[in-house]
Amino acid sequence: MRSLLILPAVIALLATVDAEAGARQALLDGFATQAKAADSGFAGFSASRGENLFRTSFAGGKPDTPACTVCHTPSPLKQGETRAGKPIEPMALSASPDRYGDPKKVAKWFRRNCKSVLGRECTAPEKGDFITFMTGQ
Amino acid sequence: MRFTALIFSAALLVPLSAMADEDSVPPVTDPLTKKECGACHMAYQPAFLPAASWREIMATLDDHFGEDASLDPETRGQIESYLAANAGRGRARRASPPLRITNLKWFTSEHRDHEVTWLWKNRNVKTMADCAACHRGAGRGYFEDD
Ligand code: HEC
Ligand code: HEC
Ligand code: HEC
Repeated sequence: MRSLLILPAVIALLATVDAEAGARQALLDGFATQAKAADSGFAGFSASRGENLFRTSFAGGKPDTPACTVCHTPSPLKQGETRAGKPIEPMALSASPDRYGDPKKVAKWFRRNCKSVLGRECTAPEKGDFITFMTGQ
Repeated sequence: MRFTALIFSAALLVPLSAMADEDSVPPVTDPLTKKECGACHMAYQPAFLPAASWREIMATLDDHFGEDASLDPETRGQIESYLAANAGRGRARRASPPLRITNLKWFTSEHRDHEVTWLWKNRNVKTMADCAACHRGAGRGYFEDD
């Protein structure tokens, strides 16, 4: 009897996890489609290019934010901090399972943070590489 | 602290005596403002700045204190309306409205004693804009706790 009551809860939980994984995959598929449209030679995302984006110090953005690591720390597994002192949950999917599942949220922060750090929006391959790196961490 | 009596005179001097007898600032009640303006720091209570300040802040989000904090136009408009409707009373009669609470005269005079210096050092505070680092009840509008 008790297991009958627990079952729906388990199914609901799995469904949420599933929906997020699905949304994450759909997001990556979308970036891949855009990447292919811009460059027919596009051969898939690369975690190492994503890591490079994450760690590089750029000169084109705003002076106080040369790199992603300014706020997200050099470790994807560690809690970061905004310039105003508020904690930021780790960027690695293994440490923050809710990440990259909400397309609007992802779009908003890529737009803002790429403009702050690089002085321009990130391209579809850059976004796909970054998420690929973080989901593998 | 009576924030209904918060007045932004030409010199932006809030009469502290008028603030001294009510103990909280009306907290942010709009969920959208709480979420979007609370992402990088606490969502500051609208009564801390006059409407002209909030309008200027909302018009310059792509260069927000050295960062891009831009929003889609619809969200931006909704938040601006909320902040302006609940802003501190009075007008800033200056060419450019103040953008920082932490630069207002009442703020700097309330925050120059040794207790502030002690907290700043011992809690490793990054900026005076991180109100909650010292005022645990800041999000709920309480600033007299410590
Ligand atoms: C000035 C501080 C800052 C910098 C620099 C920064 N970020 Fe962020 N980032 C944040 C904050 C704050 C959030 C939102 C809080 C959260 O999601 O926990 C965030 C969220 C994100 C998200 C959304 C993740 C999700 O949960 O869906 C992505 C993607 C992201 N950042 C990518 C980057 C990239 C790429 C860079 C470098 C090009 C970068 N960030 C640099 C502060 C920063
Ligand atoms: C992407 C991060 C981010 C977001 C989102 C954000 N801010 Fe800020 N805000 C900052 C930073 C960084 C500072 C400067 C902190 C410092 O250096 O003291 C700041 C400072 C401020 C200040 C001045 C604080 C002081 O010194 O008195 C106000 C007012 C303010 N923000 C209002 C807003 C409003 C309104 C929103 C929502 C529309 C918002 N912020 C959203 C990052 C952000
Ligand atoms: C480094 C620590 C620190 C930070 C950061 C800080 N405060 Fe304070 N604040 C104090 C201390 C200490 C006092 C004086 C003691 C008291 O009255 O509680 C004070 C007093 C005040 C008062 C007057 C309270 C009263 O007695 O009526 C207000 C209002 C206030 N702070 C608002 C803010 C706001 C808003 C922020 C962020 C924008 C902020 N403070 C950031 C430490 C801090």
